[in-house]
Amino acid sequence: MNDKTDLTQSGGISRRHFLKGGVAGVAGVAGLAGLYNARASQTENTVPAQVKHDERGLGTVGKVDHAANGFHPDELLYDFDYGELLEEGERTVRRWRIWALDREFEVAPGVHFPGWVYGSETSAASRRRGGVVGQCPGPSLRCVEGEWLQIEFINASSHPHTIHFHGIHHARMDGVPATGAGGNVLPGESFTYEFEADPFGCHLYHCHSLPLKRHIHKGLYGAFIVDPDPGKVGGDLQTVARSRHHQSPENAEVNEMVMVMNGFDTNFDGDNEIYAVNSIAFAYGQHSPIPIRADQLQRIYLVNVTEFDPINSFHLHANFFHYYDHGTTLEPTLKTVDTIMQCQAQRGILEFSFRGFEPGLYMFHAHQSEFAELGWMGFFQVEV
Amino acid sequence: MATTRLLAFDRWPRWLLAVMPLALLAALIVAFFVLDPLAFFTGNFPPLEELSVQRVRFPANGQIELEVINGGPDPVTVAQVLVDEAYWQYEITPDNTLDRLERATVSLPYPWVDGEPLAITLISATGITFTEEVEVAVRSPDTGGPTLLAYALLGIYVGVIPVILGMLWFPFMRRVDRRWMNAILALTVGLLVFLFVDTLLEALELAAEVPGVLQGVPVVFFGTLLSLGVLLAVGGRRGERSPLEVATLIALGIGLHNLGEGLAIGAAFATGAAALGSFLVVGFTLHNITEGVGIAAPLLRNERPPLTTFFLLALLAGGPAILGTWIGGLAFSPFLATLFLSVGAGAILQVIWEVSKLLGRAANRRDEPVLSWLNLGALAAGIAVMYLTAFLVKF
Repeated sequence: MNDKTDLTQSGGISRRHFLKGGVAGVAGVAGLAGLYNARASQTENTVPAQVKHDERGLGTVGKVDHAANGFHPDELLYDFDYGELLEEGERTVRRWRIWALDREFEVAPGVHFPGWVYGSETSAASRRRGGVVGQCPGPSLRCVEGEWLQIEFINASSHPHTIHFHGIHHARMDGVPATGAGGNVLPGESFTYEFEADPFGCHLYHCHSLPLKRHIHKGLYGAFIVDPDPGKVGGDLQTVARSRHHQSPENAEVNEMVMVMNGFDTNFDGDNEIYAVNSIAFAYGQHSPIPIRADQLQRIYLVNVTEFDPINSFHLHANFFHYYDHGTTLEPTLKTVDTIMQCQAQRGILEFSFRGFEPGLYMFHAHQSEFAELGWMGFFQVEV
Repeated sequence: MATTRLLAFDRWPRWLLAVMPLALLAALIVAFFVLDPLAFFTGNFPPLEELSVQRVRFPANGQIELEVINGGPDPVTVAQVLVDEAYWQYEITPDNTLDRLERATVSLPYPWVDGEPLAITLISATGITFTEEVEVAVRSPDTGGPTLLAYALLGIYVGVIPVILGMLWFPFMRRVDRRWMNAILALTVGLLVFLFVDTLLEALELAAEVPGVLQGVPVVFFGTLLSLGVLLAVGGRRGERSPLEVATLIALGIGLHNLGEGLAIGAAFATGAAALGSFLVVGFTLHNITEGVGIAAPLLRNERPPLTTFFLLALLAGGPAILGTWIGGLAFSPFLATLFLSVGAGAILQVIWEVSKLLGRAANRRDEPVLSWLNLGALAAGIAVMYLTAFLVKF
């Protein structure tokens, strides 16, 4: 603190010296001394002994109307959309009906974004409302490795859209222009994507219509999670697989969250005004942190769909985690790290626990400070 | 003809004839809004939003204040405020929705760094951004006695002192040959031409910062023309104008110019843009010294007026610079500054007219061309001196 004060003061002195030098050129002319003194005292006043930090500081002002949005970041965090499960002879079929909708939503208090979004009949928001609610990010679709997936896509938006899944499937089911009907679903039309859930991991889906940048950043994306089949592995790995399999009792002991890192270019200048996880700036900030139990294993399915910026990142404060890139392995791809980065569409699983920690607010955020200060930061409220 | 008689306008009371077009217009407007014949064109258009930051103040450490005006046709709601690409908590008075031409003050507790630039961005409810760049953050002057005095001294430096110094050439000028006296008048025209162009350009530059609806550029042109017209009309009586009258008019025109200069300097000091403060002041002093020559030039042929006259003329020409620094430093408004500068440009134009007439009469008496090579040379020299001394104050 002392060093700091000295530095700023010496800055002030050099500035006064400078003024003095300029003044010398016209020395002797009446009154200039007074001018010089007034200016110098002004400079002195500006040298802060200690900059006062107001309690009000970083962050947004006001509250987002989550009811009007129809979706809530606290709900998105824990909402896995399992669709509808059917047994058709030998195979297990999982089915969703996904809608594309035009809708405006609030991404920071008072700031509205004219988005294009996905909505699912089986998402928590839709079930609560009793009708399809378009949400951003789209529903976190969750299934199990080897299941036959049928995703009926209904385009109720004003533009052609698709659903392109990151997974293993035929070209016809890729949801990309030039691959058939599924690659260009016109407004008012529908298409059913069908493929086997493979490989297990933490994936994503998004619209692949052109122009691609616009279709993604308007809000058409979501997490696509494929749980591993514990029957396919043995030994210790089977325990891990069971912990990841949503129907197993081991999984119930883990606190599983979905975080989709996204951004919003509200003025459409090719640069995001808002960064967030699950769309709302500072959604899990100091006034609404995520409560977690210290002794519980925490698992985050983290997906990066941030448009315009080459990478995004996740940094956990005061703790370290194991990271499974793409979630396609049962052993960590990175052990004991506190920061990971993801390019666009990269994703992975984070596992950590606050066992033995004091209760309190533990921060997490993008370690691009710019993203953090533009909304992508939050806290875990660790409780014993 | 038949219809005219049928309607029998000549029998209607006169007031009704006066009001009739207005009544029809009102009916048309009501019908327009009720029937909405333009519904065909209006889709789901986003509102046209335009917010202008008129002033950024740093009233205290860790404190920023912005004066904002809605210069667009639609109301604008300020949703969030960012400083250097970080959301920051703010307060806004009277409230965050600004109607057309409504003003609001945004205050932020922000630990700004002395002497460093920063950018403040307002985000509207529709996500449109309005960014104001601050070149250098420095503590804003408060309206106390020392501040007023300091700014007044600035004004005296750039306005009054150079004019007085320039006038000190009067005894010298009186002793030069008559031919050269005319050349001095031509020189005066030259520097006035420079000041006119300079003032007009500065007005146009400021006009760009004026909110759209207030139409900055037309204000510049009509302000200039109107002030020229008013001054010509005021001085429009018959007969020759006395040399003292001409000198007074020159002083007035230069005074209005100096008001604009004071505004610019005051604003530059208050916003920290005048990083080279002392050099700027010295530069303006040098730049303005010829103004005194110009004011004294018409007085050469007659008897020397008393010293108090010179002093009053210097005050008229230089004093407004003090007023300018106060306004510029403490209550800057791009619109008012544009208006002042335009009025100044018009006043200078009128003075050019008067001095040229003086020059013309002198030439006629001696049966010489007005634009002799000597006079043209002097005119060019007047412009050149202003141009070269402006090197000290232009960046």
